[in-house]
Amino acid sequence: MSAHSAETIEHASNALDAPAKLELSGVGKEFRTKRASTHALSDINLTIRDGEFVSLIGRSGCGKTTLLRTLAGLVSPTTGEILIEGRSLWNGSKVDSSVVSKLGVVFQEANLFPWYTVADNISLPLRLRGDGKQDRRARADELAELVGLKGFENSYPRELSGGMRQRVAIARALSIRPKLLLMDEPFGALDALTRERMNLELQRIALATKATVVFVTHDITEAVFLGDRVVHLTPRPGRIRQIRSIGFERPRSIDVQTEPEFGAIVRDLRHALDEEE
Amino acid sequence: MSKERSKKLLPWISTPLILLVFFLAWDLFVRVYEVSELVLPPPLTVFESLAEVVADPVTWDHARVTAIETIGGFLIALVCGVAAGVVLGKVAWMERSLRPMIVASQVVPKVALIPLFVIWFGFGMTSKVIISAMLAFFPIMLNVQLGVRSVEAGQREVMRSLSASRWQTFTHLELKSTMPYVFAGMEVGIVFAIIGTIVGEYLGGSEGLGYLVVRTLNELDAPALFAVIILLSVLGLMLYFAVHGLKRFFIPWHESVYSQQDVNR
Ligand SMILES: Nc1ncnc2c1ncn2[C@@H]1O[C@H](COP(=O)(O)OP(=O)(O)OP(=O)(O)O)[C@@H](O)[C@H]1O
Ligand SMILES: [Mg+2]
Repeated sequence: MSAHSAETIEHASNALDAPAKLELSGVGKEFRTKRASTHALSDINLTIRDGEFVSLIGRSGCGKTTLLRTLAGLVSPTTGEILIEGRSLWNGSKVDSSVVSKLGVVFQEANLFPWYTVADNISLPLRLRGDGKQDRRARADELAELVGLKGFENSYPRELSGGMRQRVAIARALSIRPKLLLMDEPFGALDALTRERMNLELQRIALATKATVVFVTHDITEAVFLGDRVVHLTPRPGRIRQIRSIGFERPRSIDVQTEPEFGAIVRDLRHALDEEE
Repeated sequence: MSKERSKKLLPWISTPLILLVFFLAWDLFVRVYEVSELVLPPPLTVFESLAEVVADPVTWDHARVTAIETIGGFLIALVCGVAAGVVLGKVAWMERSLRPMIVASQVVPKVALIPLFVIWFGFGMTSKVIISAMLAFFPIMLNVQLGVRSVEAGQREVMRSLSASRWQTFTHLELKSTMPYVFAGMEVGIVFAIIGTIVGEYLGGSEGLGYLVVRTLNELDAPALFAVIILLSVLGLMLYFAVHGLKRFFIPWHESVYSQQDVNR
């Protein structure tokens, strides 16, 4: 991973006085099918500050992806309201596309387009927005370098490993310089070492771009390492069980994981997750 | 010679060798069993006849007729098949209401209907064009229908999360993602189109290589019959490889193209 970036890290964003970026009040979601109805989310209240990094953990099937998809404008909540920078994201079941087009979304799968090269995949959002060819190319090169894929700009997705594809997906989400980044287990497919490197890189990018991040993960250590706060969801229906603030100043080094306090938080959360069964 | 290179050259060496062995065995068989020239002429006789047939300008008129009928029918099938496939793939109620008809039309041996088309559309080129279009239509339509449905949900979500317009979703995703299916349908379709044309020519008319087959058969000119069959095979190969070449040009990113390249390499 390269250390290059035009942007510089200015300050850690733990400031409590930052304005609200994202406000969820009473958000609930019920999936109705012919056979059954699943209460996926219930009464989610959460305010996320500008520049904050929020990790979302919970057992499989507890509604993490559903919550993220309501934030991304992909599924409408059945109840409640979502405000992004004070603007309502949903009007009934219709989404405000001017809000959505400013978000960066990274899905559980890379979902690249096999007919486009790495550079074209990365700059697809810019192309849809109508940016010129040269701007797109410049930005794609810059981002390819940022996610450690320099030299692969003209490769096709099939020529990349799973982890490399996921990094292309991250670069694609970053291309429009989103101020709000929604990520659904983006590193699930990576080996431990690459994952650690990607964590550090994501932390650096988030701070450098002052982006607000909502980050879904299965991995408690990852959640605690990256998050200003960790939100723990419990299943059926998906509710917020607890929210932990993580006191360590960002950016954090990998060594923070060996500190006793870090270990204690991870242990706490693990117990809380275990109790659910 | 490197391993890569020898892999690439292999088919160019093996194919002529296999053909040579085939012709030698053929020749030997004819000599040993003293097969009548009316049943199976020796290869050399066939080649002599082939040279004569090729030298005759009339043959080329027939070949052109067959080619035009096949390509014409194929193009009609392509346009109609893509249009029908897109509609059936996108409009659920239409697909549901037409499904019994589509299944029935697949089960009916369409070759059996060819005499009807000859009656309806005459002995000229029209009936053959229609026959080959009908045979090529179904594989193209079915593949396109499958392709339209097979656009990945995750890729659709990417477009949605980017607030892409319908047109953008069509050009950047649906069209690109359906192309491999269009070409898969075309590769089957072109073969079916040739079959349709030839059978149509067998049954009626006075033009085309299929007609030439029937005429040489009636004249009991086995070497010429073989020669015309060889010409037909060459025509079929050329048309197939033309479609295949288009596919390699238009969707080089697709598995069916690059995996083949890897093997050839
Ligand atoms: N489109 C849908 N239709 C019906 N039910 C759904 C749909 N999507 C999700 N669900 C249900 O909602 C619940 C939450 O699913 P969700 O995908 O949000 O879980 P998750 O926390 O992301 O799980 P994982 O960690 O395994 O990815 C599940 O019980 C699931 O069955
Ligand atoms: Mg999920």
